[in-house]
Order: sequence, then structure tokens, then C-alpha cells
Amino acid sequence: MSQILELAQSKIWEPAGLAQQDLDKLFSHLMGPDVDYADIYFQHSRQEAWSLEEGKVKSGSYSIEQGVGIRAISGEKTGFAYSDELQFPALVQAAGAARAITAQGQSGSVSVSASGDNDAPMLYSTEDPLSTLRDEEKVQLLERAEQEARQRDPRVSEVMASLVAVHDVILVARNDGKLAADIRPLVRINISVIVTDGDRREQGSAGGGGRHGLDYFSNDMVREYAHEAVRQALVNLDAVDAPAGTMTVVLGPGWPGVLLHEAIGHGLEGDFNRKGTSAFSGRMGEQVATEQCTVVDDGTLPNLRGSLSVDDEGTQTRQTVLIENGVLRGYMQDTHNARLMGMEATGNGRRESYAHLPMPRMTNTYMLAGQYDPEEILSSVDKGIYAANFSGGQVDITSGKFVFSASEAYLVDGGKVTTPVRGAMLIGNGPDVLTRVAMVGNDLKLDTGVGTCGKDGQQVPVGVGQPTMRIDGLTVGGVQV
Amino acid sequence: MSNKELATGHAETGESMDDYNDAELKELADRVLTTAKGLGADSGETIIGRSQGFSVNVRMGDIETIEHNRDKSLVVTVYFGHKSGSASTSDFSAGAVDDTARAACTIARYTAGDDCAGLADVEQLATETRELELEHHWNISVAQATDIATECEDAARGFDPAIRNSEGAAVNTHRGTEVYANTHGFVGCSSGTRHSISCAVIGEQDDTMQRDYWYSAARDYKDLETAIAVGKMAARRTIRRLGARKIKSTQCPVLYEAPAAASLLSNFIGAVSGGALYRKASYLLDKLDTQVFSDGITIGEYPHLLKAVGSSDYDGEGVATRTRNIVQAGILTSYVLDSYSARKLGMQTTGNAGGVHNLCIESGEHDLPALIKKMDTGLLITELIGSGVNNVTGDYSRGVAGFWVENGAIQHPVEEVTIAGNLKEMFKRIVDVGSDVDTRGNIRCGSILLEQITVAGD
Repeated sequence: MSQILELAQSKIWEPAGLAQQDLDKLFSHLMGPDVDYADIYFQHSRQEAWSLEEGKVKSGSYSIEQGVGIRAISGEKTGFAYSDELQFPALVQAAGAARAITAQGQSGSVSVSASGDNDAPMLYSTEDPLSTLRDEEKVQLLERAEQEARQRDPRVSEVMASLVAVHDVILVARNDGKLAADIRPLVRINISVIVTDGDRREQGSAGGGGRHGLDYFSNDMVREYAHEAVRQALVNLDAVDAPAGTMTVVLGPGWPGVLLHEAIGHGLEGDFNRKGTSAFSGRMGEQVATEQCTVVDDGTLPNLRGSLSVDDEGTQTRQTVLIENGVLRGYMQDTHNARLMGMEATGNGRRESYAHLPMPRMTNTYMLAGQYDPEEILSSVDKGIYAANFSGGQVDITSGKFVFSASEAYLVDGGKVTTPVRGAMLIGNGPDVLTRVAMVGNDLKLDTGVGTCGKDGQQVPVGVGQPTMRIDGLTVGGVQV
Repeated sequence: MSNKELATGHAETGESMDDYNDAELKELADRVLTTAKGLGADSGETIIGRSQGFSVNVRMGDIETIEHNRDKSLVVTVYFGHKSGSASTSDFSAGAVDDTARAACTIARYTAGDDCAGLADVEQLATETRELELEHHWNISVAQATDIATECEDAARGFDPAIRNSEGAAVNTHRGTEVYANTHGFVGCSSGTRHSISCAVIGEQDDTMQRDYWYSAARDYKDLETAIAVGKMAARRTIRRLGARKIKSTQCPVLYEAPAAASLLSNFIGAVSGGALYRKASYLLDKLDTQVFSDGITIGEYPHLLKAVGSSDYDGEGVATRTRNIVQAGILTSYVLDSYSARKLGMQTTGNAGGVHNLCIESGEHDLPALIKKMDTGLLITELIGSGVNNVTGDYSRGVAGFWVENGAIQHPVEEVTIAGNLKEMFKRIVDVGSDVDTRGNIRCGSILLEQITVAGD
């Protein structure tokens, strides 16, 4: 980890002529008797994106973003300013603006050193993912995805594919003396297709990625994503109108875990619970799910899209049990909300960039495997819906109402999966949806690495997962009453 | 609503943006384009922007956050024949700007040529400069903004005893300048301000909570609703949701309240935009000059409205914007195109690189209460959640909250239901558009009454 710290310092501090003693000086501008917590967050981020359509990689882009975000907290008050210039005078100005949140007074003194969680395990490579393939290889990768999709079925009429690689270097210094760094690779490929059959057209998409280099995408994987996108589009070509109303719904494994993210996850983020604005507020220790349900948030899984060695406040990530055998056990916390609630930070303090304030955010959120064979679960359903895949979801934290929209779903009749139905929104109530979970499968799967979560306008990469699950009584937003 | 779109505020008194004035931004534009040409690019274009502001959020009577925003960015796109590459940076130093031009040129080496790629045609570029009144500085200090936010939240919290909690009230003020330049010699520069007051509060009844919000946003702070009006409206909207329940699945008319109705028009624009059309990813493919809306509907673009959010003389590639109808009496009369998608479709650009500018739907004579009476029985929709729209097929399914209406009067609040249909049919089922136009955003429309749709509930 000290190697990471050195790399981050050489990447961010050295070009700007900054050294450790400058930080101490900055903290003297930032601290005061009323300041409970302060941090300085440096970031240097490079991103490259390539996209293909009509068989050609027609565009590519490259961006560099760097800056520093400075925060001072006094009680429940937060002052925040940022600068995209790293020279010392710009930092002093930003520190002054952040500090203005508190009454003026004696300046405090802080000495920052490399200490604390610097033994955090390395969950991903420090290698720059942008340089893990040559530019012509990146182009070839997308061309291969296109060919695989077209060769799969003659009805494929359009293929769009994109490849994104991000190299994010962060360094955070806190008033408690902690100095932590992280070097985060992130890659993603996405393939979408349109299939045409007579006058019917449908779309399908698939992809994956994680905290890897671009060499993660083997030929086999690219083929698999391309075929999956085509398969989904073809299924939807035959889809009929979805039914409308409340019924038994079986959710497939993997990405359908977006249910947990919306229905449970957001409502268990520390900020909403500190303020008492979550439908889960004050319900710790209560039964909020059937006994088969255990849900965790885990930022420590190597190479996953939602994983972090340390969060954006320098706290080492961990596995946090949210629901254990149906009982509400834990919140996800950043330092600010943890301190105000007298709890421990759980490594969930995340921010989109230096220009945004950290908040409690999810990492990889999933339900542990249960005892049922997925076949057994489906065969137990007389009439209902099997939702194999989703596009996304949203939640109203306060009322607890959440939606998630199916991109691949089927009718279930007499225990058998039958006709595909057109994408329908599912809607439910977070605090009680898991009390309707009748069966949990033994086939836990995590998603392929495509999720992005938005909260207060800030986007961060996340993961979700779950085994096959049967929920008795979820409202399906179809058109057939 | 600590939503970033709203949270972009304006400048603090005493803090200057003079570190880069307009002339310097134009010089930077010239530098990056000259550098690209020096590296062999045949043509290029750049967008350089800077913005600054602050936002204050007050919660439960006390400051919760003060955020100072100060951003800048430079994006350059270069063309080698028909091959293109682009790059961006937030570092305006000469070295970084040169590196960015170089990065764009490197990428262009690996992309494939595309006959339709390139700058907008010279004859399409804007030549006229209008005074659109987009810049109105609000010289308030953080302390003054805090007072306004406090007044707003107090009004909301004091509105009704059932208001038990708050997400706070925020005041945001923001100003920005953007230069667009290309190697045809076009250089445009526009500055604007945007200010807002917003509030979100939580009500409680029978152990269940509801949250709602309101905001006022304008380019000129003098056009903002008062802090007290915003606070009271947020509280009123929250209170009326208390006691919400599910309803039985049914088919019935629905009335989108104006702020929710804008999303329906946004779905429409997505389907007639060049990118969706040339990729054949639209349910309104080949529908030009045919009926796509009921015949009472006219939708137009008004890029030159004074003080409006979406006003501009030129689009994202310097093309002159024009006032025009997109839908006339239900007939689709124009697509929404930039130069690239226009060339792909064998058409002319409509000046929509970067999107539409002040989209307006023609209103009828009824206000919201009159439309509720006209609907008689059905669902008044005040909030939509989830993005269940398939742009290829037009299939539409979204979560909604609102009110059940019978005999022309609101009966009770509704939640945890969805509405579903197909946008192609839904557009043709619009029977009325209200006079209660929401002018806060880039899409200006009144409430929209739809004659029938499926509501899924119990």
C-alpha cells in the first residue's frame, strides 16, 4: 500500500510542486476549534472511450481531469470548495472557502502522515488500463464484437459497441493524520444490437467489465456478450404484452439484484437514517425480510466494478451485513454520518469526483445464496412472471416505493416458463418486499460489471447480485388488465 | 433537491471570474485549433467553458452544506479528412492545451473514415447575434443566500404540523461562459446565469412518510418565486400525498401535471432525434409528414425567447437556430438533427446539435382544475419514477404517484402503481394540453390529458 501512496504522490503532488509540509500548512488554514473533521481529496483521472456503429469505430475520445476537493465539517455543517488547479495558492483559497462554514477562531494544527489503513489489501492492479492494449487492438476488439453479433443471426440489423477505460488516482489526507491513496482501474465494454424481422424491431444489450486492464476482455468473453445481446433482442421480438397487476414474480440471478440496490440498499445508507428520512429509519433489529434473506454490501471483492481498496475518505472497505436472516442489521456509513450517529464508518464514503461531496454509497450489494434449486423455484409457480433481466431502477427513499424495469421477462404457467413479455416496470415497497420472499435459490451470481448508481446527481460504479428468488406479490406494470 | 442540475449556482460577491475573460477563452480556442492544424488536422472545432457559483443548503433551521463550484473545460474535436478524434481537459495551461490537441489527433489516426463526419457547412453557421438577456448577476453573499434558504424552509416547516422532517431548502446561483469555435472561422461566445430556490420536506401520518419538493429557477433572480412561496408549495405538495394508497388495476384516462408532462415530450424528442433515426432505433422511423399526435397538438422550438433556459443564437456546432414547428396539428413536420445525422439521412441540419432549444407545446384554454373536471374519472399523475421507455418499440411503463379523481374532483392520493402503453398510441390519445405552462425548464408545457392508458396496481 505504501507503494500506492508513493505512486499517487508522484502522479499528483510532484507535478504541482506539492509536498507533505504543504498539507500541514493547508490544514492550518482549514482547522479551527469548531472543525470536527476536515479532509483534502486529490484526484487525477484519465479516461478513454471508443465507440463503434455501422461496422466502424468512428469516434474516440480522451480526457484528463484533475483537481482537489477540500471539506471542513462542524457538527452537521459542511463547507466544501474545490479547485482544478493544484498549485498551493489555489488550495489555500479553496481551504478558506470551505472553512468559512465555521465561526472564525484559532487555527488548529495537524500533521499528516502515511498511517492507518495503509495495509489495505490491493484488490486490483496499479497498471494503467489505457495502455494495456494498443490503440489498434482496442479498435479490433470492438470490430470483433460487431462481427460476432452479426454472425449470430441474420436478423441483426444494427450493432453499437463501446469500450471505456478509466485510470483514477486518488489521495486523501484527513485532519486525524491519515493519508491514504488508491489507484483504480475500471474498464467496460457494452454491446447493443437491433434486430429486424419484417416490420418488427427490437433491441438487446449486454456487456461487462470491472477493475481490470482492457486485456481482461478475452475473445470468448466478447463473443459471449455479443451473443447475449442478440439473444435478448430475439427473445423480445416474440414478446407479447405484459400482464398488469399484483402477482408472483420470480427474479433471475445476477443483475436482477438491482432490486436489492433500490428496495433495500439506498434506504440503508447512513445519511437518510441519520436524518430520519428513510422508510427504514429507526427499524434496526426489526424483521424486514423472511428468514431466508441475508443481504450484504461488500467492497472487498477483487476486481469487481463496485470494489475499492479504500473508500474516498481513506477508510478500508469491508463486508457490511445489511440484513441477516431477515433482521435489519446495519447501515452503510461514511465518516460524517457515522460520527454523528455514534457508529463506525464502513468504507462506504464515496464521491463522483474531487468536485463532489462524499456520501454513503453502496459498493457491491447482494443477497447470499439460499437452499432451493432454481428449477424447483420456477416449478413452484402456477401463474406469474419470470423476470430474467432488468435495465435499471429507482427508489423514493422516504415512502420506500421503488421500481425496476424488466428488459427480459416471461409468463410462467403451471411451473413452466412460457411466452416472453414486453419490458414492464415492477413496483413495490422497499420495507416489505423482502417479507414476501418465498424461496431463495442456491445460484448466487454477481452481475457482469455494468452498473452505475446515481444519487443527488453523483454517478459511481457499483455491483449487484442475487440468487434466483421468488417474491409473492409484486406489482407488474404491464398493459393487459 | 441537492440535485446537481439545480445546484449549479452563481457567483459569490467579491470572487471574480477574471482569471479567464472572454478574450482569453477565444485565444485558447485559437491556440488549440491552430495546434491541431499544425499537427496535420484538416479541420477542427472546440468548446471551451467556465462556470462558477455556490449553493447553500439549510436543513432544520441550520446550514447543512455550503458548496462552492468553479469549473472549466476544453473539448476539441479534430478531423483528418473524414476521420475524427476528440479530447478534453480541465487544465488550461499552454502545455495541457497542446497535449489535448495532440491526444485528439492521435485518436483520429485509429478511427475509421465516415463521409458524413465533419464540421457544419459554412452556409449554415449563425451570422446574427441577438440580445437574449441570458445574464443577470445576483450579487448575494453566502450569508444572504442562507437567510433566503432559511426563510424558505421555515415557511415549509411551519405550514402544517404534519410536516415533521426536512431535507432542507437550497439557494443556488451560478454563472458561466462558453466559447464555440471552428476552423471555418466561426467564433461564438455566450454567457448566462441561472439561479434557483428549492425545498424538500417530509410529512408523516399513521407511521408512514411522504416527501415532495418544489423549486423555482430562472436566469434572472428577479423572476424567482419568493422563498416563502417555494417553501409553502413544497409543504402543500408533501401534505397532499399523505395517506396515499394503491388502487386496483384498471384502464382509465390520466392527466400528467405540467412538471411531469415535460417527460412525455422529452420521450418524443428522443424518438425524432437524428441519432435514433439514422441508427433505426426509433419507433417514429419514417413518420415525417404523417400524423403522430392527435390533431389538436402543435409542438415548436423557440430558441430566441428572452431569458429562457434553452435560448441560443447557434447550436453546439455553430449552426443558426431557428424558430419552427416540429409537430403541426398532429403532423410530424420536422426531425431534430445535427449536421452529422442530417447527412446520414440525406437532409439538412435543423440546428439541434446538443438538443432542442425551448421546446413548447401549444396550450388549450383549460387550467389544471378545469382539466381535472374534464377528465372526470381517472388518475392525476404528479410524479414518475423509473425509466421504462423502449426507444425502439415505443413501449412505455413507468412507476407513478398522484391522485385518484372521480366526478371531476380529487378523491385520495395514490402510490405504488404503474402506467403502461405504447408511446405511438399515447401521443395520439392526447385530448387536451393545459394553460398551466411550467416555464422552468427547456421543455415548456402545460398539463397533458390522455384519454386512456393501463394503470397497474392491486
